[in-house]
Amino acid sequence: MNKSKLAVILVIGTEAVFFTLLILAFLYFRSVAKGNTPEGLLDVVKTGIFSLFLFSSSFTVWRAEKNAEHQKIKRSAFWLFITMLFGVIFLTGQGIEWNFLIRHGQTISRDLFGTTFFTLTGFHGFHVLAGLLILGILFILSLTGNFNHKNTVNSVGAVALYWHFVDIVWVVIFSIVYLGVKL
Amino acid sequence: MSNSVPTVRNIDTISMPGEYKGLLSWVTSVDHKQIGIMYLLITLFFFLVGGVEALFIRIQLARPENTFLSPDAYNQIFTMHGTTMIFLVVMPMLIGFANYFVPLMIGARDMAFPRLNALGLWLLFFGGLILYYSFIAGGAPAAGWFSYAPLSEKVYSTTTGMDYWALGLLGIGVGTVASAINLVVTIIKYRTKGMSLKRLPLFVWMVLVNGFVILFAMPPLNAALVMLLVDRLLNASFFTVTTGGSPILWQHYFWAFGHPEVYIMILPAWGIISEVIPVFSRKPIFGYEFVAGSSVAIGLLSFAVYAHHMFTVGLGHPFNTAFAFASMTIAVPTGIKVFNWIATMWGGRIRFTTSMMYAASFLILFTIGGLSGISFAVVPVDWQVTDTYYVVAHFHYVLFGGTLFAIFAGIYYWFPKMTGRLLSEKLGKLHFWLTFIGFNMTFFIQHILGLIGMPRRVYTYPNLPGWGSMNMISTIGAFILAISVLVFLWNLIVSFRSGKPAGDNPWEAWTLEWATSSPPPPHNFEKIPLVRSRRPLWDLKHPEDPDWKHES
Repeated sequence: MNKSKLAVILVIGTEAVFFTLLILAFLYFRSVAKGNTPEGLLDVVKTGIFSLFLFSSSFTVWRAEKNAEHQKIKRSAFWLFITMLFGVIFLTGQGIEWNFLIRHGQTISRDLFGTTFFTLTGFHGFHVLAGLLILGILFILSLTGNFNHKNTVNSVGAVALYWHFVDIVWVVIFSIVYLGVKL
Repeated sequence: MSNSVPTVRNIDTISMPGEYKGLLSWVTSVDHKQIGIMYLLITLFFFLVGGVEALFIRIQLARPENTFLSPDAYNQIFTMHGTTMIFLVVMPMLIGFANYFVPLMIGARDMAFPRLNALGLWLLFFGGLILYYSFIAGGAPAAGWFSYAPLSEKVYSTTTGMDYWALGLLGIGVGTVASAINLVVTIIKYRTKGMSLKRLPLFVWMVLVNGFVILFAMPPLNAALVMLLVDRLLNASFFTVTTGGSPILWQHYFWAFGHPEVYIMILPAWGIISEVIPVFSRKPIFGYEFVAGSSVAIGLLSFAVYAHHMFTVGLGHPFNTAFAFASMTIAVPTGIKVFNWIATMWGGRIRFTTSMMYAASFLILFTIGGLSGISFAVVPVDWQVTDTYYVVAHFHYVLFGGTLFAIFAGIYYWFPKMTGRLLSEKLGKLHFWLTFIGFNMTFFIQHILGLIGMPRRVYTYPNLPGWGSMNMISTIGAFILAISVLVFLWNLIVSFRSGKPAGDNPWEAWTLEWATSSPPPPHNFEKIPLVRSRRPLWDLKHPEDPDWKHES
């Protein structure tokens, strides 16, 4: 395993603990609230559709990685672009949802649902945004050709790993927050 | 370094800062040795700041009903003292040592990610500045170093001090995680040929275990800090009871970090002890596998003991019993280490250099601190002495008598490698005795103060029999410590300017950092010796009886 991938695996390890604790806080306060939750405001279908974009971006980033491995840098750049596009669509969806909630009075300070919901989805969104920035850097570097082969593969592979992680975290959050899965 | 004629590198043939000229070469540096030195200097600075805060505390407590500090100022000072010593001194100082010596000890050119390395350093530096900015911004945080909710919430901590506390620690926390990732990757990927995990110097082993503990211990702190900030800045309600939040949640998350943190602050210190004791006993470490293995056990167990900080919360007997059991268990691998070090010294030709004196007294003081630590695992004892000076005495014995003594051992041991000059042994011995006497005078008596009921974190106390005189003894001890620090600083300055040239290997040590010049060139090694055993430099010096013949 190259050093970039190893480093990203360690990042994932530490971030997984971070998200686990935010999710535990969400679950704990939901269990305390006992049914009297304002989750009815959440539009599962709409968010589900936007989530599909994030889920499928795991596939597109995998295509970017494979193409980089086969030295098809331009193609890899194309798939990086699609990944970013999907990521942006997902974040837009989150923005629309937040806007809707806040307009209906469901703010972060209203109750514990707001507190835990916005903190959890906010930090996930923040991680998507960070991923987009890194993908953007890779995208520009692969277009300008300022990349030797081994580094390209290593970097795209490492970033892809991180992106899968962000994706998986959303699978968990979506199941728990929107589909009401209990532990 | 374009010179084709190989010259012997030592402090007299090179001008030390010659390769690292000017301030710019330091602030823009990605060299692990420069970054390591900057870590040590920044933490030394904060050590002095935290030390002055400690003196303020001791002056206020010197006699009953003293009025040197107002209650509010006192709260700010002890909060900042604890926060500074833990987050800006002990933890980063050990990371600084790791930065400088891990690449050298494993025969690497630099860390795996030099720029990430610089990021960790500067996050620490600016995190520290943000924390201290609170003094100017209307008042430092005053809720103690573990900032229990709801005291830390906006209703009770009305100044912005708490916000700067959380922001500063968040920066430091992220920087620490970055350093840990870097160190782990470096140790796993950058070892020189022959440096298998079974031959890794024990300091590196401890740093490796420590890296993993940091990776899993910092996120609880970061999560808790983020929640606190969201509460305070966005009026959320994670920890506010009135809106249904849970202050106990803060305690769980904080101590899920806070207890592993204790091991984060001691593991690399054990590593230093495991380097210093064999070298000055002229014997290989006794039970290498047990020292390394017990550290892994401690790393894992450290996550299973945190709730012994919460016995008084009322979490119920099953919960208390489980954590009491785990807390006692962790004493076993710790005890194994102490026996290993004693067995290493046993029958050795011990050289009592200043470094060795610090290491030897570490064994005594750390054991005292460890034993009082086990007493907290007994739930009823914990109920009795919690939040008293007994606790204060305990953690100063492990953190000061333990870690800081090990750090001093490390400084006297490695200063020659970093600067090319030996620290003065004469001043060193003076420094040692002043520290040893001052430390025990300050803190031993606090065990008794705690047992007879003096609570911690009170700005003053009534004139009860014995309280005044015992506190006065403690305060005098603190001033002896202050003098010892001045002697130490004087030693650093004098020896850096005109100490005896050290040469490559002044202690006849055996690990790779001594196989290069003092200070090492920017690229670390001209030639890395072949590693065929745990003591490559012994093999080099004793070709007739190399270690690798005995290690299968």
